[in-house]
Amino acid sequence: MKRFFQQFYLLLLFLFLYAPIFTLMLFSFNADKSRVIWHGFTLDWYAELFRDSTIIHSLYVTLIVAFASALLSTLLGTVAALGIHCMRRRTKGVYLTVNSIPMSTSDTIMGVTFMLLFAMLMLEKGYLTLILAHTTFSVPYVVLNVMPKLRQLDKNAYEAALDLGATPSQALQKVILPEIMPGIVTGAIMAFTLSVDDFVVSYFTAGTTSQPLSVVIYSMTRRRISPKINALSTLLFLAVLILLVIINFRQSRDESHKNAQKPKYQPLKGVEN
Amino acid sequence: MKKYMAYPYGVWMLIFIIAPILLVVYYAFTDKSGALTLGNFTSMLSYTSIFGRSFLLAFAATVVCLLLGYPLAYIMSKQPPRWQNFYMMLIMLPMWMNFLLRTYAWMSILENNGFINQFLQNIGVIRLLNTLLRPEAPIEYLPLINTGGAVVLGMVYNFLPFMVLPIYNVLIKIDKKLIEAAQDLGAPSGAVFRKVIFPLSMPGVIAGITMVFVPAVSTFVISKTLGGGKEMLIGDLIDLQFMGNAYNPQLGSAIALVMMALVFLCMLIMNRFDDGSGEEGGLLL
Repeated sequence: MKRFFQQFYLLLLFLFLYAPIFTLMLFSFNADKSRVIWHGFTLDWYAELFRDSTIIHSLYVTLIVAFASALLSTLLGTVAALGIHCMRRRTKGVYLTVNSIPMSTSDTIMGVTFMLLFAMLMLEKGYLTLILAHTTFSVPYVVLNVMPKLRQLDKNAYEAALDLGATPSQALQKVILPEIMPGIVTGAIMAFTLSVDDFVVSYFTAGTTSQPLSVVIYSMTRRRISPKINALSTLLFLAVLILLVIINFRQSRDESHKNAQKPKYQPLKGVEN
Repeated sequence: MKKYMAYPYGVWMLIFIIAPILLVVYYAFTDKSGALTLGNFTSMLSYTSIFGRSFLLAFAATVVCLLLGYPLAYIMSKQPPRWQNFYMMLIMLPMWMNFLLRTYAWMSILENNGFINQFLQNIGVIRLLNTLLRPEAPIEYLPLINTGGAVVLGMVYNFLPFMVLPIYNVLIKIDKKLIEAAQDLGAPSGAVFRKVIFPLSMPGVIAGITMVFVPAVSTFVISKTLGGGKEMLIGDLIDLQFMGNAYNPQLGSAIALVMMALVFLCMLIMNRFDDGSGEEGGLLL
């Protein structure tokens, strides 16, 4: 009985989360511009979507900025985490506090501060400002995903590698990096997601010729959104869904693979999450 | 591995995190000619009601998120591991649908001729209300959109995952032995939850509250789409000073500064409830 209620609660909440998304998707096939009354099935909006150069260009901007900022923030964040890990308590604290500012500041305020900064630096709003801004709010998530992996690391592994004649860079590549890789990957995925999903910061830092998708959609909501946007979001949603299913599938396959190989007695490895 | 590896990011933080905040402080205390002034803050007094409304709506949204999100996280943490990953995915997935579109979708649900009202008309609830209450003019729909409630709903919808994820992450890390120990010592399941599980999940709750309240208090899109733009929030006010017709970055900075201070104060009070379990508490994923 208790189990039934729990499942029912989950179902209700997921219905709440997904109902709006399914309506959006459904009305991308609506034969009329209306977003509430169903007029029959059509694929016209999908055809029109690919003819709309503004939307296609904005999608392109979104992807470029997301890839560039995810790459940059993963690099910057991973290297920073390695450095912060070696710091003394005090400096470490300072770094982590400043690092957490972007996460606890609202998007609106962050966007505004970036706008003032870029105006002062006389940087014209465009790809560069977008990438710089997105990188800044993504690095903290990379750092916070890599740090716990470094803490779990066996302190002696790195020195053992050095004693066995590895150069510091070899030790880093062969010993440290493989261990912290899961953290780096999660951080990179988060950075990419945050960048794609961002509207507010982009709104304050995008130029007129480099508007990402979210900003273009915003300027449309002020009039009336064309079902083209519904069509686009349906496609994006399906793309992400497929991607996630693949990742999940691979993960569970790796796990079952690993479990098959595990020896009966496991050496104590400290706490794993 | 040397500590100088963190220096590039240190420089980055100086330029892109510290400097912008100092700029906001500078703008907030100067006028258009660059002279020192407190005028920006005194002219903010006329916006007290906007501040009040923003904090009230954000507070309501945070409470609703906690009430909905905690049970969700709790139930999720009780599921078999395989299903947990699946549910996590289901919670993250909507975040990939553009934030504006997700909010926009609610318009078609809440509108006067939207799905909810259509449904209520079709099953006769509207007619029933008219015959029962006998209003002066018969109503054709329930006013759902352009209300404070719609804004809170939009906030809850958009920020609920931010409440669920940190709580869930803390819950799954709780040592099962502690729960078993409490049970062995004869605590009924209600007491186990009240005295063991809930206190241990506090860091997650605090992180969740922060992550919902901070974006909710400064949002400016939700109030425009679901609130009809009649009821301004702080976010709208700031937007207006920087990107709108009322272009006045000095006033905008002052508002931003005050809001940052207020939010900081709220967080400080919140953190007093935390038992100081350190860095890990703020961790998101």
